[in-house]
Amino acid sequence: MNINTTKVISLLFFVFSAFYLYTAYNIQVFSFDENAPFNAKTFPIYLGYAGMFFSGLKIILPEPNTIKINHKNLEYKKTAILVIIALIYGATILKVGYFLTTSLFLAFSYYALGERRWYLIFALSFPFVGAFMYLLHGVLEIYLRDPFLKTIGVMG
Amino acid sequence: MTEGILIGLKTALTFQNILMVMVGCFFGTIIGMLPGLGPMTAIALMIPITYGFEPATGLILMAGVYYGAVFGGSTSSILLNAPGVPGTVATSFDGYPMAQQGKAGKALAIAAWSSFAGGTFATFYLLFLAPSLSKVSLSFRSPDYFALMLLGLTAIAAFSSKGQFLKEIMMVVLGLMLASVGLDSLFDITRFTFNNMNLTDGISFVLVVMATFAMSEALTIILKRNDPSAVAKQVSLTELGSIKINKEERGQMLKTIPRNSIIGFIIGVLPGAGATIASFLAYGMERNFVSDKEKEKFGKGSVHGLAAPETANNAACSGAFVPLLTLGIPGSGTTAVMLGALLGFGIQPGPRLYITNPEIFWSVIMSMYIGMVILLILNLPLIPYIARILAVPKNFLIPLILFFSITGIYVMSFNNFDIYLMIGIAVIATFMRLYDFPMPPLILAFVLGGLMEENLRRSLLLSNGSWEFLWQRPLTASILTVTVLIVIWHIYKTLKANRLKSD
Repeated sequence: MNINTTKVISLLFFVFSAFYLYTAYNIQVFSFDENAPFNAKTFPIYLGYAGMFFSGLKIILPEPNTIKINHKNLEYKKTAILVIIALIYGATILKVGYFLTTSLFLAFSYYALGERRWYLIFALSFPFVGAFMYLLHGVLEIYLRDPFLKTIGVMG
Repeated sequence: MTEGILIGLKTALTFQNILMVMVGCFFGTIIGMLPGLGPMTAIALMIPITYGFEPATGLILMAGVYYGAVFGGSTSSILLNAPGVPGTVATSFDGYPMAQQGKAGKALAIAAWSSFAGGTFATFYLLFLAPSLSKVSLSFRSPDYFALMLLGLTAIAAFSSKGQFLKEIMMVVLGLMLASVGLDSLFDITRFTFNNMNLTDGISFVLVVMATFAMSEALTIILKRNDPSAVAKQVSLTELGSIKINKEERGQMLKTIPRNSIIGFIIGVLPGAGATIASFLAYGMERNFVSDKEKEKFGKGSVHGLAAPETANNAACSGAFVPLLTLGIPGSGTTAVMLGALLGFGIQPGPRLYITNPEIFWSVIMSMYIGMVILLILNLPLIPYIARILAVPKNFLIPLILFFSITGIYVMSFNNFDIYLMIGIAVIATFMRLYDFPMPPLILAFVLGGLMEENLRRSLLLSNGSWEFLWQRPLTASILTVTVLIVIWHIYKTLKANRLKSD
């Protein structure tokens, strides 16, 4: 059976809108605002109905332009690796610090995308991040917390 | 007024002030180019520096940074499809496809000339129309604003180049839903936070833009790396092409620029509207002005489609100074930051600014024009060097885009939750883009969500919950009529196209 992915996305959007609407109805408003012409849940309720209405239409109405994607040509593996590297970066940046995590994030990302020239991987990660960090921290005075640099005594 | 202009010129043309405009334009361009660091961040960073100068000099520096950052934002929109500011989102619709066709230099040149022309026209409008336009903007009420926002959102959905109205409208609704997350501005009630403290302040605009544009663009490039059609596009990206604009393109720009400078300026004058609505509306309107043949080119590298939003967003930047200088109401987020700076100087903008500080009022207006000239002189020769960024191999460019996106978000909040949220939104956006769900309507709706709710709230409260406010005022009714006509026109065109296809 051939499933139209646009319709599946529309169905997911319909379910999401229904959930949004349910949550909107459950927003706690002050008792004196409950019957006011407009309170904190009025607009979200309209949005929930609008989302269900338009996605419902998309599901029901015929789809003249079916989008066909050749999944064999798509690089899911490399994309997933990049996303995982970014998630690990997010998980470690506060504990390790900006400099080391960002440099490693860049180095691993270059490698994951197929780059094997080590001197370029190094030059465009550690010194590059160092220079960028100097611009942010030293010139623009945007404070960047960095426990790693603090431990080795580079940052105060 | 002549006396005022002379005062302005005298102040703006001092060596120090010209130097400030140059420095501002240069740094503004560089900061604006970095995704995530738009004019608002650039000006905010400048505020501590400006306090060391005279108020007029400080404001001139900030105005230079403002224009430079807007131009810089257009550059990253065109070269990387990563608009750092909402005002340049529409620039990427045709600027980026043009760059993909190997005409990056031309796209940047068109953007530079359109910005210059839009800004120049707007400066003259500002000079002669500022006092009377402030009265017009005062006549706008909440129902008119609500109607204007509905028009903006409908226009962007209806004028989709692929004619998929329902998909666009769904993205508009999704954008409005995302904007509703966080603390309600009036009632201080948390909505859709699911007891997560990180969502109390809502989702940052920069985060949504970075996720749906820069990050999702980077992931899409990797995802489609082996896709034959996408590979062809990527190869052509490495070619800069000429920055020369030919006679035909000049002719197209000559038609587009004047009308869009008017649209941009008028929208810029309306408090809260600003460059974003101006550029989207200009893009949508321009598509209606051109021939059917030209319409087909929209979204694929149209000169009209690039020149229109670029002209309008610069014109709107000048327009935004009208409510700031004459009423003390900022017309955009950036002018709101400038208002803060003015108050820091001990200056209260408003109708009396003409009288109490005429040198500030007029020198800012005159320096805008000088800034435009300097921006053009500075940026046109630099285009070939700026565009070299395209020659960076994808193995390096993609991680660098991810790096700038994540850093842009991280330095704003120093919170890793925002990084996770951005990755999550980017992954969903990448998947939706594969199936032609467009991102620009989501962004516009996200920007307008809060304002739209606020104006609907005021309108409903004033009319005791009745929806009659939609047709009580002629202005509201007229704007809504245009909105309805756009929808009807779109349905008619879709039905006609479907009938032709089935025949």
